[in-house]
Amino acid sequence: MTLFGYRLPMMSSLVVWCLIWEIVGRLELVLLFPPFSGVLAALVELVQSPKFLAATWTTITTFCIGMALAIACGVALGVLMGRVRAAENLLGMWVNVFASAPLSALVPVLMILFGMGEKTIIVSVFLFAVWIIALDTQAGVKHITPSLIEMARSFGARRFDIYAKIILWAALPEILAGIRLGFIRGVKGVVIGQLLVSIIGYGELFELYSRTFLMEEFWALTIVLFAFALLVAHLVGLLEKRVEYYAGVRQ
Amino acid sequence: MVAVTKLRAADRHGEHMASLESIISVRGINKVYPGQVHALKDVDLDFPAGALTTLLGPSGCGKTTLLKIIAGLLEPNTGDVLVKGRKVTAPGPERAFVFQDFALLPWATVLRNVGFGLELRGMAETKRNEIARRYIDQVGLSGFEDKYPHELSGGMRQRVGLARALAVDADVLLLDEPFSAVDEQNRRKFQEDLLRLREIERKTFIFVTHSIEEAVYLSDRIVLLSRRPGRVSQVITPQIDRSGSPEEIRRDRAYLDTVEEIWQGLRQFVD
Repeated sequence: MTLFGYRLPMMSSLVVWCLIWEIVGRLELVLLFPPFSGVLAALVELVQSPKFLAATWTTITTFCIGMALAIACGVALGVLMGRVRAAENLLGMWVNVFASAPLSALVPVLMILFGMGEKTIIVSVFLFAVWIIALDTQAGVKHITPSLIEMARSFGARRFDIYAKIILWAALPEILAGIRLGFIRGVKGVVIGQLLVSIIGYGELFELYSRTFLMEEFWALTIVLFAFALLVAHLVGLLEKRVEYYAGVRQ
Repeated sequence: MVAVTKLRAADRHGEHMASLESIISVRGINKVYPGQVHALKDVDLDFPAGALTTLLGPSGCGKTTLLKIIAGLLEPNTGDVLVKGRKVTAPGPERAFVFQDFALLPWATVLRNVGFGLELRGMAETKRNEIARRYIDQVGLSGFEDKYPHELSGGMRQRVGLARALAVDADVLLLDEPFSAVDEQNRRKFQEDLLRLREIERKTFIFVTHSIEEAVYLSDRIVLLSRRPGRVSQVITPQIDRSGSPEEIRRDRAYLDTVEEIWQGLRQFVD
């Protein structure tokens, strides 16, 4: 974008929105919106508080464990459904249902099953992320050029080699696309899980701030979470770009 | 130089005439695809060692099916494939396949693609790279070792496919319409190179094509398959002197007569 002949750096439109926020906040129209400068000040303070750091640690560990499980299970499930017709018939419908169902509704049930702790958060990250990874992996596996597998067989590949050296690699672009979407859903999972459990991690902080109307801290925390989600999506996007070169040239 | 090639060609010719024992035989092959598509019917064939045999026929006559059955990639409904007199039902190290769509790993370099057959056999990396480099050189791709398939033209990609099949040092090379996805100029060059390669690599070739000229230009024996259900309708042994230049071969009387003879034979199968 250019303005009066000057090239503006990316995301400079954000400045406009921050200004509007600042003005609305200064006017004290709604209690919900403190001035943006106040939020920024709260943000600086927040990220240094031990409570926040502890919550961040909890969030990151539960997120990573949940995602690792989701990727392992999702890819395995997707490959199984892509290769075995019976598995596709048996599981396909359920994976599709869960991929589009409002899983937040299940979190209270998870709390009963797994208690009010980190286990529930891990399971909700897993449940939010795993289905889309499975679906994308399945799509990737199903679109592999059959001659690649024939080629491997004709040169005497064992079953393991066909999976490890052909199928996973040929489906990698789709698998990574699924993982990226899974990460975004996983962030939702970790936040919604924490909010509903509300005694650990950011959930506890959110609960505290919104109950005591500490709106500046509340928004600061929200910004941190949004940034976290964007960062995660961006990082996976970078990884995806590296394999894009062959995604486009596959026969 | 010409004298030497002539001698060699004559030598090869004499050798294959002398040793007509077949390295591959198919007996009573029937193949019915789901939906009652009868692709092959009672096919009996012998493939002499050291010869280039072409399976030629109209599209849909089952020639690729037959080749894949020989490769062990497809199972016939009835009938046997014998390699050196031994019944086989799966791919084996004595047969190597060259694919119509090249079937290269898009994520691997030319070097790794060419060595992939050896990699699957568990050969150590330095050793297989050394062999791969030799065959990359032999198919005329030196300098492209670190390129990826999408950086190569169709003709070059198929050279990679050919080098991969040569690298595993199989006795029999099975080529499934290897030039059909390659443009005309490259195809001619490739055919000439294949003739030259045959002089160096004393292997048995089984070649599938729908181009009559290509079949006559390259083959010692041409098997004509009838329209579906495919069966052997004729076996032709062109007597063409291949010691001359490609232009001479293509203007050779015997070459032109054989092309015509095959066309007359295939005519009945064309609508």
